This record gives sequence, C-alpha cells and structure tokens, in this order.
Amino acid sequence: MNQPHELLWDQYIPGGCHWSGILRRGLTLRLTDVTGDANAAILFFNSEEKLERYNMADTLKSQHTFRLTKGHACHSDMGRIFCCITEDTAGWHDTACGVSDSSLIREKYGMTRFQEQRNEMFRSGLDGMLIELGKWGLGMRDLVPNINFFSKVTADASGMLTFHSGNSKAGDYVDLSFEMDTLMILSAAPHPLDPAKSYRPGAISLAALTTPPSAVSECTRITENMRALQNTERLYGSNGGAA
Amino acid sequence: MSEKQLIESRLDPEAAVVDEICAAGEPWVKLVMQGQVFRIVDLGGNQAVDTLFYSASRATERYSATNTICRQQMLYLTTGSMLYSNCGNVMLTIVADTCGRHDTLGGACAAESNTVRYGLDKFPMHSCRDNFLHALAHDPVCEHLGMSKRDLPSNINFFMNVPVTAEGGLEFVDGLSAPGKYVEMKAEMDVVVLISNCPQLNNPCNAYNPTPIRLLVWDDPTV
Repeated sequence: MNQPHELLWDQYIPGGCHWSGILRRGLTLRLTDVTGDANAAILFFNSEEKLERYNMADTLKSQHTFRLTKGHACHSDMGRIFCCITEDTAGWHDTACGVSDSSLIREKYGMTRFQEQRNEMFRSGLDGMLIELGKWGLGMRDLVPNINFFSKVTADASGMLTFHSGNSKAGDYVDLSFEMDTLMILSAAPHPLDPAKSYRPGAISLAALTTPPSAVSECTRITENMRALQNTERLYGSNGGAA
Repeated sequence: MSEKQLIESRLDPEAAVVDEICAAGEPWVKLVMQGQVFRIVDLGGNQAVDTLFYSASRATERYSATNTICRQQMLYLTTGSMLYSNCGNVMLTIVADTCGRHDTLGGACAAESNTVRYGLDKFPMHSCRDNFLHALAHDPVCEHLGMSKRDLPSNINFFMNVPVTAEGGLEFVDGLSAPGKYVEMKAEMDVVVLISNCPQLNNPCNAYNPTPIRLLVWDDPTV
C-alpha cells in the first residue's frame, strides 16, 4: 500500500452514465466500484495530440498479458505509457470485449426512454463513449478497443470466453498513475457479456490524488515498460519520474 | 466455430478474377464486392498478414476486433467465424481455412511499438503501420474514402498464433501455418481490404523471415 495521498477532487458516476476529462501527468486517479459489479469502459488519448490513443494490442504484446492488474501499464500507439496501474484490489480487468451498444441493451434489458424513465433510462456503453468522445471533437473513428475495468473475462484453450460475475466487490478500487497528460473517456454501462437479467450497472467513484514517489516502480519490472517510459520522458523533458 | 475448423475450398484458382502476389513487407488494397470470395495464401508459412476491412461506401464502418471477439465469445478465427464491424454488421464470413487459427489480439507492428518491444534502436525498421500509412497516402481507394491514421483500428493477423492462457497470459508462439495454407472468406457487404504483409524481423514467430502471400478473389460462386 502506498502512503496516503492528497485528494484533489472527486466525482461520482452513477451506473450507466459517462464522463470524460483531462488527467495530468503526476496525478493518480482512483476508480472505486461503489456497490460491486461495476464496469468502467475506458479509453485514453494524448490530450495534446489526440491521434495518439490507447492501443490494446501494444498493451497486451508488450506485457505478455491478456488481463490487466497492478504492475501493468496502459500503452499508447506511439510507444508511450498513459498510466501505470499502481493499486488494484479487483485483480483482473478485461481488455478485449469492447462495449455494449443500444441494440444489445434493448435485447437484454428492454426498451426505455427518457420520456418515461427520466435519468433511469438504460444507456449503452457505445452511446456513452460516443457522447464523451464528441465533446472533444472525436467520434466513431477514434473508438478503438477499450479497457473494461472491474470486469473479468477468461479464455479457455480453444479461445472460448467466460464472463466472471462478482469479480469486483463493493469498495474494490484500481489506481491509475498518469505519466502523460491524458484525455480519459469513461462509460459505466454494463459489460457486453454481463449475464445479469436486469439493468443495474454499478456506480463508479473517481478520486484524483497526487502520485506518491516511486508509485510506478512495480510497472518498471517489465523491461518493455522501462523503454516505453523512456519514450514518454522524451515527450516531457528530462526530469524523470512521475512529476 | 469451435476449435480449428479445417475446411478446404472447392474453388479453382484458374477461375479467380484476381490472382496476385504481395511481396513480403508490402501493403495491398483491394475492393471486394458482396458475394465475392477472397482467399489469402501463406506461400512461405507462418507469415503474418495484418488485415483490416472497411465498408466500401464509408470508412467509418470498419472491422471491429472487440465486436468480433465479444459477439462470438471466441478469441481465435477459423472456418465459420464472422468478422463484425464497429456497427455490429457482419462484413465477411470465413468459409474455408486450412490453417485452423488466426489472431485477433496482436495488432500491427509500428516503429514506435518496436522501440518498446525490441529496443529503442529499432525505430528505423520497416513496420506494418508504415505499410498502412503508405497505402492511405497513395492508394486511390483509401483516398476516395478520406482515410487517415484515425482509421487504423486493431487488425486481424491471419496465420498468427497468439494463445491466451486461462490465467491471462499471452504469447506469440510458433504458428500452426505452413507453406500453402490458406484462409478464405465470403464478403457479406462491399468491403475494402487493407493488408500489410508484415515485415517484422525481430519476432521468431515468422522464423525472422517475412515471405510473400498470394491473394485471390472469385465472383460469387452461387450466381
């Protein structure tokens, strides 16, 4: 456990809702699954040059992993690291399954409209991502494979996937320590493989904290991450470390 | 569409309307119309064929790795696999496959990711993203669709074997492919095929020896 950090701000995201914002280098964002079984579909972009974006394949290949957890980093398509995962009490975050769309939500959970349900209407992961992307001049072309924090999906030897309900418990959290000035896009709609019969995606709380020194040291055990951090340093100067 | 559906094709290469060779390390772009059948032949064995598909009418609809994986709950591609777009439509269906497994996770190599994976000095080496960007800059089909780097999502690696373990590990391992193995797919909509015949020299998965591929297209065999 790292030393307690200073809380800069916090934000509550009800289940199904969406959020985006700039997270600067040196900041740690704690995502907490408030009631258990939340899903946080997330994409990262370089806030200075949004053509640079999270890359699933580079993240997986560089770290020889299909799941993400503490000690892993989220890589950009330009050989850099957006953020390191510096704490994780859930243990597995899905990298490959993308987001639910409105037709999937309708088929699984039924039809809702704002007219009747007001803000209890069923939102899809895709629509949440597109709304948040749109705020920054981005859209469908920028919607690359995302991370689904708090969701666990495993593959058997044939490649068949299984969704594991209950991977994340109430209060589980993951810390993202940012190495780049990053635009983060978040949708808290249900994971597309979640077998729950009713639409009850969990809420997510965001807490922005200062990053303690040496928080990212576990990530640097992976040689590829060391090189990606070197590339990241080149973008910001020669001060080294997480600001 | 369970494990390794080895199905041979009955189509005769003599009857193909397209029959071309793409050299190692080169891009290749082709329009394939709905109903046509498209085959990629791994001439030398274990060659990575980095492939993307776009709707021929609008490039914003394109192959989606996540939809393809999630809607079939399957990481690998073989006969019977459907290749889904980001809009949830089936773009192509794999109708024959003598290799048995193709990768959806490994993406394309790039100068920048080569520095991370293999060493900071590898930046100048040729890469799949350079091929894709070269094609976007020169090919009239790509130009017509107004494509740029934004339009390069995560691609398929035909003939690559990237197994995932139950514990969540992932490795590029020796391929299941061999000289002459092929994969064949039927277009369910008009698509633009964008290929980089991978020039990677740092990864043992192709025996450090990128090789040519053969690309064939047949008109709809049912008409």
